[in-house]
Amino acid sequence: MSYLEYTVKTTPTGLRKVLYLNWPLAILLAAIASVGFLMLYSVAGGSFSPWAEPQIKRFALGFAIMFTVAMVPIWFWRNMAGVAYGLSVLLLLAVEFFGTSAGGAQRWIDLGFMRLQPSELMKISLVMFLAAYYDWLPVKKTSHPLWVLVPVVIILVPAGLVFAQPDLGTALLLMLAGATMMFFAGVHWAYFAAVFSMAAGLIFAVFQSRGTDWQILRNYHYDRLDTFLDPASDPLDKGYHITQSKIALGSGGWTGKGFMQGTQSRLNFLPEKHTDFIFTTLAEEFGFVGGFSLLLLYTLILVFCVSIALSNRDRFSSLMTLGIATTFFLFFAVNMSMVMGMAPVVGVPLPLVSYGGSAMLILMLGFGFVQSAHIHKPR
Amino acid sequence: MRRPGRDSAQSQRLITRRGLIVGGAQALFMGGLALRMRYMQVEQADEFRLLADENRISIRLLPPTRGRIFDRNGVTVAENVPSYRITMVPEEAGDVDNVIARLAQLVELTPEELERAKRDLSEARGDTAVTVADRVSWDDISRVAVNTPALPGVAPEVGLSRRYPRIGDYAHIVGYVGPYSERDRTRIDAPEQLLRIPRFQVGKFGIEAAYENALRGKAGTKRVEVNVRGHVMRELERQEGQPGTDVQLTIDSDLQSYISARLAGESAAATVMDCDTGDLLACVSSPTFDPNLFVRGISVPNYRELLENKYRPLPNKAVQGVYPPGSTFKMVTVLAALEAGTIDPEETIYCPGHLEVAGRRFHCWKRAGHGNVDMHRSLRESCDVYYYELALRTGIENISAMAERLGLGIKHDLPLTSVAAGLAPTKDWKRRVRDAEWVIGDSVNAAIGQGDVLASPLQLAVMAARLATGRSVAPRVIRSIDGVESPTGHGDDMGLNENNLRHIRQAMYAVSNSRRGTAYSSRIIEDAFRMAGKTGTSQVRSAVVDNNSVPWEQRDHALFVNFAPFDAPKIAVSVVVEHGGGGSRAAAPIARDITLQALYGEDPPLSAYPSKDRRRIQSQQEELRRARTRPNDGRSDRA
Repeated sequence: MSYLEYTVKTTPTGLRKVLYLNWPLAILLAAIASVGFLMLYSVAGGSFSPWAEPQIKRFALGFAIMFTVAMVPIWFWRNMAGVAYGLSVLLLLAVEFFGTSAGGAQRWIDLGFMRLQPSELMKISLVMFLAAYYDWLPVKKTSHPLWVLVPVVIILVPAGLVFAQPDLGTALLLMLAGATMMFFAGVHWAYFAAVFSMAAGLIFAVFQSRGTDWQILRNYHYDRLDTFLDPASDPLDKGYHITQSKIALGSGGWTGKGFMQGTQSRLNFLPEKHTDFIFTTLAEEFGFVGGFSLLLLYTLILVFCVSIALSNRDRFSSLMTLGIATTFFLFFAVNMSMVMGMAPVVGVPLPLVSYGGSAMLILMLGFGFVQSAHIHKPR
Repeated sequence: MRRPGRDSAQSQRLITRRGLIVGGAQALFMGGLALRMRYMQVEQADEFRLLADENRISIRLLPPTRGRIFDRNGVTVAENVPSYRITMVPEEAGDVDNVIARLAQLVELTPEELERAKRDLSEARGDTAVTVADRVSWDDISRVAVNTPALPGVAPEVGLSRRYPRIGDYAHIVGYVGPYSERDRTRIDAPEQLLRIPRFQVGKFGIEAAYENALRGKAGTKRVEVNVRGHVMRELERQEGQPGTDVQLTIDSDLQSYISARLAGESAAATVMDCDTGDLLACVSSPTFDPNLFVRGISVPNYRELLENKYRPLPNKAVQGVYPPGSTFKMVTVLAALEAGTIDPEETIYCPGHLEVAGRRFHCWKRAGHGNVDMHRSLRESCDVYYYELALRTGIENISAMAERLGLGIKHDLPLTSVAAGLAPTKDWKRRVRDAEWVIGDSVNAAIGQGDVLASPLQLAVMAARLATGRSVAPRVIRSIDGVESPTGHGDDMGLNENNLRHIRQAMYAVSNSRRGTAYSSRIIEDAFRMAGKTGTSQVRSAVVDNNSVPWEQRDHALFVNFAPFDAPKIAVSVVVEHGGGGSRAAAPIARDITLQALYGEDPPLSAYPSKDRRRIQSQQEELRRARTRPNDGRSDRA
């Protein structure tokens, strides 16, 4: 269909927009969050405090944010992409100098009612800015080296700042999400092939250099790698989490031990049972059936997002939606790989289920953009 | 309303294709996750279920045994003794206050301990064990053990605790350990898991702090079966850690405790050094304190008492105290002059009792003057005017350079807390630090060890050893680590003219053995143990007043340095008595007693002392024998 043949339909206005909201997606989000409430109620030993109740309140706030963002036309958000990105970079710089840190790595700004982690905000801003960039860039120029370099810088600046915090996990997530955005936009295969082979070469070099004069990493870095590859070698620190997590998960069996019957998570063998490791409680209490169902819910979210993206002819909207979906995917893919012992322990929450404010609100903000793209798509 | 861009169709085709590729890859990954989940939860379920049951098996840390510290002869200086403590896991206890109250009925807890336990419990993470009562008696422990069913979360534990059997003898050198605190984070690099042990003890001061990494060792682990309450049911497997490394000191305990007793009642410091190896045979700062108090956690009143004591028991005066060396510095000045060729040993300088320099009158300690003085006599009788003249001829740069060659004004590399560098002033130093020009009066003052010159007792002993041997002997306090001998401080020949050194040594010999010498009354009678020394008196205030008529704080410091035996020097000794008055009266007798004790290795025969002193010495020896520290027996503090 050429541009001239294109017929202009009006987009919904005012309250009519509510009817055009992608309700199945909204309901899916609420369903996943409800799984979270249930599990938080369970790990607290059958109590709404201290985790389930604040989580419900936060999800209500998140839902309101999504709704509000969805009502605003998507092109307004595209125009705000640069501002959002710039602001996020400034906040990252600000925490670098004035931020509060706990546990050595996480840095946030205390807003009073919540702690804002600029690195979380960056996850959405980066996707948004890259989508706006490729919306602006003519398709022909996408693979031109100069125009490939620009997004690389856009990605590396925040990734570098987050890496300096130091938060290697989030920095890698940002780079991965950014690279996927470039891939969506149509950057030539060869670039990705080159980067992949370089990364593979680097990993090979890292391992080969161990114990020689030109050793690339410090010894304790290697120790951490060892722990990841063989958790049993360090049964007390990081390896402890993984071992306990796998035991809790695996002992769930087909149907689990029953709601609030998980012995492992209850006996404090598992640290951070209400945040990053909450999936193990679900898998222990509801077994494979429960875990697989949650996985299915997540898959459905992705399916809806991809279909929203592909049915949209506005480039920014499509890219933005795919980017949010990818970020969402990276969250739960990394978290679930981690609790199943397939990835190193990095602090990534299970989206919408783990106890915590920043990640949930940021994700709901992202889905607000997806909804806005859906409502305001050219018809 | 915004219309799709000009190349929209092409772009959307691209996005669709790529979106589907990535979506497909994501779907594959999800499939992978599902398969992995199925594998773990279905195929491996039984295995994991078994492990889950076994999860009553918990891994506990075995704190490593801290390395011990011995003296040069193998006498234990720091050891580990079993100690019993009671821990509590707040989450398992549930109602913490209630459990504490019940515990307090079984175990005797002071209000202070109770307060601290409650504070620790409220601050700790819920699932970590908190020490509620430390060093409790065996009776208390058994009472708690019997009553564990009524005390959820409470566990009696046996651990090792540091003990310093020689009480105060080694407090300043060996230091002490204490519970790890946030403040140690920058100083000590300890593995995270060890720090989870409640009140894990790390070195806080002295050798305990300096050799923390070696002494600490590595933690072991044990697998124990626990019930749901967290109580240990039985032990299954044990992986021993690596005990810390033993450290052997160069200090001789007998000598150390003799000196401790000899210095009692004074604010003083003494150092005995082996001339050959540089080994510190004794290094005493008086008064001292009991490091065991710190291990237990010193009480506020006790600590305040230590801080406010005017004799300052806490700092190690032997290495971190600096004093104007007074006349003990004269060897430096004269050696600098001899080496620079500005004086001949035979040449005499006339001492009328004072010298005019730049319109100021500098007095000799002897107002009447010494008359014609040569090098030998100047040292023996400690004539000041002779050295004023040498300062004018030789210059401060030469003198300071010689001071540093002899070990003054430089920081000796010892693993002790706060080793002082002292000061050998130069013109450049004064410009930099005081922002003032060097004046000739400064040189004159420095030549007799007054003014800006500062030295620690340790440095003075090093100086004596270097004068005695002509080698750059360096102090050493660690003899061996884990049985491996540390390099000695034997040192190289300093390249000083042997004739000049011989002149100085002979003059020092005269100080203690010639009837006109300033330390003649503290001489040693036995020929094989004759010593060569030098007295010093350093002024604390500038006006010359009679020492007995001013308060203690304003009296002069008394100093003495010596080496012995004269013919084949084995040891170098320095003594500083703060506000003791004159060096010959207050410091020399102490140095003589220490020297004899060190050379004999036990109480020397009375015949070594001048006959008129023998009666007094005899009663002193008896008194000191009684006062010397005996290792306390192994009883627990509370039992």
